[in-house]
Amino acid sequence: MTDSSKPDTGIGHDKFTSQRLRRRHRAERRFRLYGVMAVALSLCCLTALFSSVFSKAYTIFGQTEIALDIQFDQAVIDPSGKRQRKALIGADYGALIKAGLGASFPQVSGRRDKRALRQLVSSGAVYELQELVLQDPNLVDRHKRVWLAAADDVDMYRKGLIAGGAQGNGRISAKQAAWLDDLARRGQLERHFNWRFFTSGDSREPEQAGILGAAVGSLLTLLICLALAFPLGVMSAVYLEEFAPRNRWTDLIEVNINNLAAVPSIVFGLLGLSVLLGTLALPRSAPLVGGIVLALMTLPTVIIAARAALQAVPPSIREAALGVGASTQQVVWHHVLPLAMPGILTGTIIGMARALGETAPLLMIGMVAFIVDIPTGPTDPATVLPVQIFLWADAPERAFAERAAAAIIVLLAFLITMNLGAVLLRRRFEQRW
Amino acid sequence: MSHLFIIIAILALALVGFRMGRGRALALVGGQARRLSSLPVYHGGYMLLCCGLPALAMVIIWLALEPAAVRWLVLSDLPDLTKPLSSDRQDLLYDKIRALASRGTGTAGADSFLAAGASHFQSLKQTSLVALAVASLMAATAGFWFAWRRIVPAFPARGAVESCIRIILIASSALAIFTTIGIVLSLLFETIRFFDKVPMADFLFGLKWSPQTALRADQVGSSSAFGAVPIFAGTLLISLIAMIVAVPIGLMSAIFLSEYASRNARAILKPMLEILAGVPTVVYGFFAALTVAPLVREMGGRMGLDVASESALAAGVVMGIMIIPFVSSLSDDVITAVPVTLREGSYGLGAMKSETILRVVLPAALPGIVGSILLAMSRAIGETMIVVMAAGLAANLTANPFAAVTTVTVQIVTLLVGDQEFDSAKTLAAFALGLVLFAITLVLNIVALMTVRKYREKYD
Repeated sequence: MTDSSKPDTGIGHDKFTSQRLRRRHRAERRFRLYGVMAVALSLCCLTALFSSVFSKAYTIFGQTEIALDIQFDQAVIDPSGKRQRKALIGADYGALIKAGLGASFPQVSGRRDKRALRQLVSSGAVYELQELVLQDPNLVDRHKRVWLAAADDVDMYRKGLIAGGAQGNGRISAKQAAWLDDLARRGQLERHFNWRFFTSGDSREPEQAGILGAAVGSLLTLLICLALAFPLGVMSAVYLEEFAPRNRWTDLIEVNINNLAAVPSIVFGLLGLSVLLGTLALPRSAPLVGGIVLALMTLPTVIIAARAALQAVPPSIREAALGVGASTQQVVWHHVLPLAMPGILTGTIIGMARALGETAPLLMIGMVAFIVDIPTGPTDPATVLPVQIFLWADAPERAFAERAAAAIIVLLAFLITMNLGAVLLRRRFEQRW
Repeated sequence: MSHLFIIIAILALALVGFRMGRGRALALVGGQARRLSSLPVYHGGYMLLCCGLPALAMVIIWLALEPAAVRWLVLSDLPDLTKPLSSDRQDLLYDKIRALASRGTGTAGADSFLAAGASHFQSLKQTSLVALAVASLMAATAGFWFAWRRIVPAFPARGAVESCIRIILIASSALAIFTTIGIVLSLLFETIRFFDKVPMADFLFGLKWSPQTALRADQVGSSSAFGAVPIFAGTLLISLIAMIVAVPIGLMSAIFLSEYASRNARAILKPMLEILAGVPTVVYGFFAALTVAPLVREMGGRMGLDVASESALAAGVVMGIMIIPFVSSLSDDVITAVPVTLREGSYGLGAMKSETILRVVLPAALPGIVGSILLAMSRAIGETMIVVMAAGLAANLTANPFAAVTTVTVQIVTLLVGDQEFDSAKTLAAFALGLVLFAITLVLNIVALMTVRKYREKYD
């Protein structure tokens, strides 16, 4: 290559030529710079993406909690004194919280102020008290200091994510801000580790909403998807690569698989809606249906990866096995497939990772429903992590955006683990022939 | 759950069959396996297949046919006043009955014929379950007995098992075709039903899209319009913005990585770019809706522009970021595939690197690059979550990137998510849009794959 800008041969001496050469070198440097800029720009986008998510998510680990001295009043919880489960479930725990708040702030009077005070504690806190009493019915008629989740606005305010008092938009009034400062001074307001986020299902109250339900739904869906896509994908790859004659029919199958790999995922959702839910009348919102749809979607990926892995096994292996008298199927099942397995598994893991992040087809089959309970089986209504992210990102409360970002981190953690597993598998078992 | 039990029972029986078949084959020759015509394992496998396959096939066919049969029986047993109802109303009625039945005992308060229908439904389900259990287990046992009698030392079990496995392999590879057929048929049927209600020309060339169906005839905005042109235009606008972002960045990255970057830099940078392709689209949607859209709006506001909060620009830019790696890795492949001899010839004539790239390498790689751009375009058109989260719902016919537009995928999602009857023009419209989407992406993919393949053959 010409890399000298100071011409020392006879050609460069003429002024016109050297000018021209300088221009060409400048163009060369410019072009190279465009390339650097393009790469830098895409890396910037990557950084912006992750930092935007992380900056919204990191606050999730703390949850503001308020300590209240709760008098588990027998007259309120269980007037009959029989400690029947039904009575304990149906009791008015809200009254206990009100009493507890009243004990902390005896000076507050008036209906409006009392209501404002009550709004500091999560409206889901009644279930936390209920849970406590159900676990230990002996609590009734005793006195205990209990840490309860603060309302989402309080949490956001204490984390400095929304303004309160006079500058705020009215979500936290000046009075409420003063009460909160008061509580903090008395050690009744602390930020604790947010175990609720990891141990509960969805909720209408941001501070009570967690990802466990969605994570379990994702797991069930993925298991169904794996159970269908892996064997079917491997079997069709084996047939196409090892047994299929080269004819129109196999060509058609190949073209089909390549095209299916590029069909928009939402179309698979439409297929699931009209065939699985419409014709076969399978239950809506069920991981079973989600798994089938995702399996159809990932099948081409698995087949293509498995075929590549089978192709990489050298023919000498096949010939040697045939030479000692194995049948063509014995060659495949005993020799070729085990050697191709690491590659196939790598491809399958990558396909599963993609299925885990897929949202659109699951919206079609009703996995967007609001589901509080944690699913226990493949036909229970459930949602999955990406859909949960979608739902939370769409919700108007500021606190749900924090939860969506945190759920993204969880989802990305799963994806990174799966991809790392695939990379390690490839490193560990990769064979060069 | 009870169906699961039946399947587990069949599988258990098949496994028992496997062990017994293997044992019987060995026992017949006194433990000397070489006197058998096939290995004992194949005799066991023969038992397993005979025992399990017919019974499992029966379960699957039964489960596929059961809903239609139960529906027909329940509906034909209802009082005569429901007979003349249209098929839409019958669907609704049947849904009610099913909902009633699934709620269990709480049939109080419902119409008496609905309650009767629900109990009929439940009893039919029960009967069907019992009948299926009996029939499939009998089939498994019959298979067991049939295979058991055939096991003799001279029986060529391996041939039987292998041809059976071959059929299973063929069937599973045909699944891809069945999926495509399923997609096309399901979309086509619903679309034809949609065109019964809305003329095809109105859909394809109409300029107004407002799919709400009125509850009452005299309601405001009761006339629903299904002109899809604004939707197509919106899809095109957003995809175009995405391509304007992705093509230059992706192409220049590919050129830099394949021509300029050192081996080490390439080994680090390329996987990092590919992370962008591995991020779930819902994450991009979150990024677009909560970070980029407010940013675009604020910057537009500072420049005195009127930017909608769900502007096409925000969705398009983020979608462009998403497809950068598609463009770059595919173009990278085709650029690397251009033979070195072409480059060396160009250098020999005194061309600089950039001149070689622009005048020799890129023209040679052009068909492949076009193919990769078409693939990226089809990806952009079919992308759902980013636009659902960041683009609007209003079907504006505009080329202004700061206005809110809607796309095909957004409309499919909004028409189908939520509770509505399965047969209204609204839901059917979603399938028509789905068919259009499928057709467009299919054509783009086929053209792209053909250009790429044609080009590959030229140099290989």
